[in-house]
Amino acid sequence: MKLSPRLFQIARPILRPLSWGDGVVFLGIAVLIYAGIRVGLAAPEIIQGPEINLSPGVLPYYASLSLGRMFAAYLLSVVFSMVYGSLAANHRQMERIMLVLLDVLQTIPILSFLPLVLLSFSAIFPQQAALELSSIFLIFTSQTWNLTFAWYQSLTTIPRTLFQASTIFGFNTWLRFKTLELPFAAISLIWNSMASWAGGWFFLMAAEIFSAGERNFRLPGLGAYLQEAANQGDLTAIAWGLCALVLSIVALDQLVWRPLLAWSERFKMQMVESENPPASWFYDVFRNSTLINLLHRAILRPTARWLDDWLMSRFPLPVEQGGAKLRRLRPWYLLGILVGLGLLYEAYQAGQMLGTVSLKQWGSIGVGLSATLLRVLAALSIALAWTVPLGVAIGTNQRLAVWLQPLVQIIASVPATALFPVLLLLVLGLPGGLNMAAVLLMLLGTQWYLLFNIIAGASAIPQELKYTSTLLQLGRWERWRTLILPAIFPYAITGAITAVGGAWNASIVAEYTQFGGRTFKTTGIGALIAEATAAGDYALLLAATLSLLLTVATINRLVWQYFYRLAEEEYRLE
Amino acid sequence: MAADNNLLELKNISQIYGAGEQSFTAIQDVNLTLREGEFAALIGPTGCGKSTLLRIITGLQAPTAGQVLYRGRALQGVNPHATIVFQTFALFPWLTVQENVEVALRARGIPTKLRTARAIDLLDRVGLDGFETAYPRELSGGMLQKVGFARAMAVEPELLCLDEPFSSLDVLSAESLRGELLELWTGGNIPTRAILLATHNIEEAVFLADRIVVMDKDPGRVIMNLKVELAHPRQRKDPKFIDVVDRVYMVLAGHTQPEHVELGTAPGEPGRTRSLPHITIDDLAGLLEYLDGLPNNRADIYALAQELQVNSDDLLRLIEAAELMGFATVAYGDITLTSLGETFAEASIRSRKEIFATRIRRLPIFQWLRSMLGAADKKQLEWDVVQKALELEFHAEEAERQLETAINWGRYAELLAYDDSSEVLYLEPTGT
Repeated sequence: MKLSPRLFQIARPILRPLSWGDGVVFLGIAVLIYAGIRVGLAAPEIIQGPEINLSPGVLPYYASLSLGRMFAAYLLSVVFSMVYGSLAANHRQMERIMLVLLDVLQTIPILSFLPLVLLSFSAIFPQQAALELSSIFLIFTSQTWNLTFAWYQSLTTIPRTLFQASTIFGFNTWLRFKTLELPFAAISLIWNSMASWAGGWFFLMAAEIFSAGERNFRLPGLGAYLQEAANQGDLTAIAWGLCALVLSIVALDQLVWRPLLAWSERFKMQMVESENPPASWFYDVFRNSTLINLLHRAILRPTARWLDDWLMSRFPLPVEQGGAKLRRLRPWYLLGILVGLGLLYEAYQAGQMLGTVSLKQWGSIGVGLSATLLRVLAALSIALAWTVPLGVAIGTNQRLAVWLQPLVQIIASVPATALFPVLLLLVLGLPGGLNMAAVLLMLLGTQWYLLFNIIAGASAIPQELKYTSTLLQLGRWERWRTLILPAIFPYAITGAITAVGGAWNASIVAEYTQFGGRTFKTTGIGALIAEATAAGDYALLLAATLSLLLTVATINRLVWQYFYRLAEEEYRLE
Repeated sequence: MAADNNLLELKNISQIYGAGEQSFTAIQDVNLTLREGEFAALIGPTGCGKSTLLRIITGLQAPTAGQVLYRGRALQGVNPHATIVFQTFALFPWLTVQENVEVALRARGIPTKLRTARAIDLLDRVGLDGFETAYPRELSGGMLQKVGFARAMAVEPELLCLDEPFSSLDVLSAESLRGELLELWTGGNIPTRAILLATHNIEEAVFLADRIVVMDKDPGRVIMNLKVELAHPRQRKDPKFIDVVDRVYMVLAGHTQPEHVELGTAPGEPGRTRSLPHITIDDLAGLLEYLDGLPNNRADIYALAQELQVNSDDLLRLIEAAELMGFATVAYGDITLTSLGETFAEASIRSRKEIFATRIRRLPIFQWLRSMLGAADKKQLEWDVVQKALELEFHAEEAERQLETAINWGRYAELLAYDDSSEVLYLEPTGT
C-alpha cells in the first residue's frame, strides 16, 4: 500500500521577511478588532444558552446543524477564495498587499477573534442569528486562507504554453475558467478543502462550546452535546456524541472527499498514468449505477450544457484589442488613499483605547503570553518526542503502515476541541488540573500534523540511500544522524509550523473554561482574553488580542522562517 | 494595403526586457516578410529569440518597438488568423483527444453538431481515428503532436506557426510527422496560406522549408535569408541537400576570429563581453577526443552532428567553447583541432586541468572575476554580488547561467572554489 498523502499537501506560502506591507496589514487588523469591540460594546450583558438535550435520538439533528454550519462556511470560503485569488493573480498592484494579508492571516491564531466576533455580532443581530452567523464567520476565517492561497498559486503556475494556447484559440473568460483554471487547480483545491474541513471542525467545536461569565454563547450541535455530556459526567452520552462526530467525519470522507479525489485524478498534469490512483468504492458505485447514469443523461447533462451555453454567451468572445492590457488603476489609488486615511484615524482611536490599559494589566498580558508560550513549547516537545520515532517506524515499514495508517487517520480526524470537555472530566481533579488539560488539548490538536508529516518524510527516503547506509554498515545513531533526521527535517518543520499554530488557537478555549457550573482558569493569554470578554473589559480584550497576534506573528517570522528556509535549502531530498 | 501577396510583414521589430542599466535586448531590428504559399523556417541557437518572435507574430506579445503587419494592416492583439503548434503540445490533460480539438472550435462559437463533425474529420485526417475518446496521457509523443496539429487545423488558420513541434518527439515519430505535415501542405488540402517553423534542427529546416531565415543571438537578429530550391520530397543523401545544410552550418558556426575578437572584453568595459557557452567540460573533452581520432584531426561540422548523434544546438555550443579555448579552429564549415587541442585530448587528468587552467586565465571574464575576488575582503564574494555585477552585461537569467558556467569551469581548473551552502565564491589558494 502506498501511503496516502492526505493532510500532507497543504500549500504553504514561503514565509517572507518583514516588510512595510506587514505594518499596513497589522494596522488594518488592529483597526478591525477595534471596530469589532466598538460594535461589541452594545452586546447584551446576559446571553442565555440553548437547552442541550442528551438523548441519543437528537444526535442526527445536532449533527445536521453542525454540518450545516460547516457547509455554509465552506461555500462562503470557496467563493471568497476564488474572487480574492483571482484579483491577486491578475492585478500586480494589488498582489503585493493581498499576499501579505493572506500570509499574516494564515499564520495568526484566528481563534483569538472568537470572543470578539461573538460580542460584535450579538450586538447587531438577534441572539440566535448572531451566534449562528458568528460561528459560520469564524469557521470561514479558519477555512478560507489556504484555499485562497491554493487558488492563487494555481492561477500563477498554470503552464505558460497552456495559457498561450487558450489565448491563441481565443478562449473567453468562462471557457478559460472552465477548461483551464478550474481543472488545473482542482486537485490542489480538493486537498486544501479537506484540510480546511479538518481545521473547520476544530473551530466549529470551539464556537459551539464557548461561554464566558454570564454570556453563554453555546450553540446546539455536536460540540455542545459533548460538552453537556461531560458536564453531567454522562459517559454513555459522551460515547454516543463521539460516535456521531466520528461517523459524520468518516461519512464525509467516504462519501464526498474520497470520491472527489478519485474523480479528480483526471486533472493530474503528468502525462503518465499514476501507479496508485486514489480509489473510492462510493465513486465506483456511483459511476456504475444505472439510475444515476440515467439521471445524469436525462437531467444533469442537459442542464449543465444549457448553463454552459448561457455562461459562454454571457462573456463576449475576446475582440481584437491593443497589445498588452494595461489597465488604469488611478481610481484604485484614490480609494487606497481614502481607506488609508480612515485606517489611520481609526488606529488613532484604537491607540487611545489602548492607552486606558493600566501598566499592571500590560504586565499580566506579558505573564500570560509567557505562560501560554511555555505551554505551547511543552506540547510541541511532547509531540516531537513520540511522533518522530513512531512516524519513522510507520514511514519506513510497509507492514506497520498498512494497519496503523487508517487507524491513526480516524483518531486524528476527531477535532481536539470536541475532546476537551471529556479531557476536563478526566484530569480536572488531578493536581495541576486545568494546566495539564490545556497542554493536553494543545497536544491533541497538534501531534497529528507532526505525525503525518514525519510519516510522509520517512516514506520519501529513497531506497538507494537506505541500501547505501546499510552497505556502509552505519550504526543506529549514525544512521539517524546522517540519513533519517536530515530527511525528515523539512517535513517535521512544515508539520511543526502548522502544529504550533493550532496550539496557540487551542489556548483560547483551554485556559478558561466553565465546567459543571464552576469556572476554571489558569494563567495564560487565552484565559485573559476570555476573562476580559466575561467582564466586559474591552480595552483589555483589545490589548490582549493584539499582543497575542503580534507575538505569534513575530515568532513566525523570526524563528519558523529561519527553520523553514534551512529546511527548504539544505535538506530537500529531490 | 497589401500591394502584393504579402501575408505577414515585420518591420524593425525589437524586444527589450527590463529597463535602464539592466535592460537586455532579446531581439533587435528584425525585418521579415512572409508571402502567401511560403513555408519558411527560423533557425538559430537557443536564446536567439525564435520563440519570442513567434509570440510577437501571433500577437501573444507586443514588441517593444516596430510593427507587425498582417495583410497590410497593423496587428492589434491576438491574430485570429494565426495559430501555434507548441513544442510541448499544450494539450489540456483533462480533456479527451476529441474535446481538445473541439474546445478550439467552441471558443469560436461554432455550434455543437458542426464542432463534433469537424473535430472527428480532422482527427481522421491526421490518422487518429479510434483515439477520439483517449486522454492525452494515454498517447505517445508523436500522437500528441498530431492532436496538436489537428487542433491548430480546426480553426483553419491562414498562418500556421510551429514552435519546435518535433523537438520533443523521438526520432522516428518526428520523421513520420514531418512527412505527414508536408503531405498536408503540398497537397493543398488545408486552408493554410503560409507556415513559419521555428527550429534549431538544421536538417529539419532544409527538409521542410522553402526559405531559411538564420538568426544569431546576443542580440537576437536575422543574419541570413537562404532560399531552398529543391523539389519535394527531398532526399537527405542528395548532394544538393547536403550542400544547403552545410551552408547553414557554415553560417551558424562562423569562422574562428583573431584572438582579441574571440575573447571579447571584460564585463563593465567597453566592447562586447564574450559569453561563456553553457557546456560541461566532459562533453568538450569528448568532442576533442573524437576529433583527435580522425585523420588530419578535422571534421565537417555537418557530418559531425550526424555521427555524434547530438543536436546541432549542443554541437555548436561545444564548438564555440573549443574555439574560445583555442583547442580548435573553424573555417568553411569544418572544424580542425589545434596542436593545443591535440595535447589536451591526449593528456592525463592532471595535465588536462593544468592546460585548462592556463587557457581560461586568458579569458577576460575570468580575469575580471579573479581580480574582483582578489580585491575583496577575505578574497571571497557572495554569488549575488557577482551576479549583480554581471547583470550589467547580461540579463538576469543569462547572468546566472554565465556565473554557473564560470564556477563550473573554475572549479575544474582549480582556480575557483564555491561553497554551495553559504553561496560564496573563493579564490582557490593553490590556484593563485
